[in-house]
Amino acid sequence: MRPIRTTVAIIGAGHAGLAMSRCLTERSIDHAVFERGEVANSWKTERWDSLRLLTPNWQSRLPGHAYAGNDPHGYRTMAETVAFLQGYSRSISAPVLAHTSVTSVRRTDDAYLVSTTQGEWRSRAVVLASGACNIASVPALAAGVPSTVASLTPMQYRNPGQLPEGGVLVVGASATGVQLTDEIQRSGRPVTLAVGEHIRMPRRYRGRDIQWWMDAAGILDQRFEELDDLERARNVPSLQLAGYPDGRPVDLNALTSLGVRLVGRLAGLRDGKALFSGSLANQAALSDLKMNRLLDTIDYWAARAGRGSALEPPRRFAATRIEASPPLSLDLTRGEIRAVIWATGYRPDYSWLHVPVFDRKGRVRHDGGVADSPGLYLMGLQFMRRRKSALIDGAGDDARELSAHLERYLRASGRVAA
Amino acid sequence: MMDTVAGKQVSNGVNVEALLGARDALSKAPQAAKFTWRATCKWMHGTHSRTSVKGYYGLGQEQSHRTEFTFDMDHPEVFASEDNGATPVEMVLTGLAGCLTAGVAAVAQHRKIQLRSVKATLEGGMDIQGILGIDADVRNGFDGIKVHFEVDADATREEIEALVAQSQKRSAVYDILTNPTNVTVSVN
Repeated sequence: MRPIRTTVAIIGAGHAGLAMSRCLTERSIDHAVFERGEVANSWKTERWDSLRLLTPNWQSRLPGHAYAGNDPHGYRTMAETVAFLQGYSRSISAPVLAHTSVTSVRRTDDAYLVSTTQGEWRSRAVVLASGACNIASVPALAAGVPSTVASLTPMQYRNPGQLPEGGVLVVGASATGVQLTDEIQRSGRPVTLAVGEHIRMPRRYRGRDIQWWMDAAGILDQRFEELDDLERARNVPSLQLAGYPDGRPVDLNALTSLGVRLVGRLAGLRDGKALFSGSLANQAALSDLKMNRLLDTIDYWAARAGRGSALEPPRRFAATRIEASPPLSLDLTRGEIRAVIWATGYRPDYSWLHVPVFDRKGRVRHDGGVADSPGLYLMGLQFMRRRKSALIDGAGDDARELSAHLERYLRASGRVAA
Repeated sequence: MMDTVAGKQVSNGVNVEALLGARDALSKAPQAAKFTWRATCKWMHGTHSRTSVKGYYGLGQEQSHRTEFTFDMDHPEVFASEDNGATPVEMVLTGLAGCLTAGVAAVAQHRKIQLRSVKATLEGGMDIQGILGIDADVRNGFDGIKVHFEVDADATREEIEALVAQSQKRSAVYDILTNPTNVTVSVN
């Protein structure tokens, strides 16, 4: 059977794929959006129960969509996020092929062959919008966890009720790790949190959401070409934020106040014993310094923009409290710890992408989302084109620019679209 | 090398451009980044030993220091030794001090901060009941290491704190001391 033709294949109907779909529609470029489940599948099926977006409602702007509800400062639950993206998909009439998993993408002479569970397609360009968080990254040393201790990734975790009674070791103190620590500790299971490099961030500052500041001061719009060390910026850990309705902080001091015990980065597992780095105090110091530099930037911007007088005065937060000699080891065979959760990051799944675009670490080589293969584009990666690229709110600007690039590519490579 | 900030020259004697060039080159050829450091130690007499370093491997080939460096190690008279050199644990503090101080200078140069003086004071606490086998619950090694920096530089207190924090983040010896390392010992 001959492949079905489309000009552009978008893989993934999340916010990134839908934003691109809308921009291609505006340019009258015909396309299809392949979705393994239904719109917003990852939000729907791969997140824990209590998760809410870390950005306020007003901030989830997409091409042709601005928030019009009555709770602009709230944070969407997963059900609300799914409903929001499904509504957006309908409003832009996105050509979504649901329950159509892409099993392989290959380059042919001048196009791409997209194999799916519902047949073969041929497209001149492909947009990879399948998400940056498909697989939980778990370090190899996880294999050393004793069989008596439950071992879960955040993809498997739904709520504390799933865990045995008793102590829990959470590995990783970025957005996922601190949120799970907060709710597991509150469920009566004492948490030990292994903390490596992390980014401390207040939920609110001077009476405004921290995301408002970063948006208003232009920090989220900072572009990838402007940075000295883009590689570093693309690998910065996620912010220690939660979208709880009460706005409570989830920084290390807040967690310590709940009774959480902090230890250094998990550096090894030997004979059932977890070994932690002695670097915790410095990790906390680095993070406090970094947060204070951001707050300096914000205060400077507020003063220059003449915003200062209308807002609460500047303040600084208490330094992160670290005990004098944090424990360096924890025996997992003693029964005190009953479960380990690996909040050690996520990575995309490109196992179906058979195009030679990978670097030595298995990442797609790209320049601001323009992959190193003609007509191949990315969406939704950390700092892909600007600091906000991985946010829902960042998809619009990236899709506008990349759809323009894509249209130029289609013109330059021969026939004009559609 | 010199960097100029608002007409002012910054020189801490660290060639940051060369380091950044090496970083760039090595990220494209990660195999050349594999180094092997070596030391050879000879027993002299009693608890006195002499360690020398000269050759090492890196950038894809054998390399050599400009000259051979030797280090005498011994124990002091309170251990009924002859005190012909620093104790091995003091050499560990020496290594940490050298690594963090070099880091402070390199980071300062990179951030265009002129240093005037840097002094690090180190302390390693140790309960020798461990090494003497008196109490099995006491570890042999340090129960903690304290490092205190006095830095005089054209910078704010926060910038100096950030220099010291960043030097820990990038330090090999700091990593060696704070994280477990497999040590494999063989005999002929």
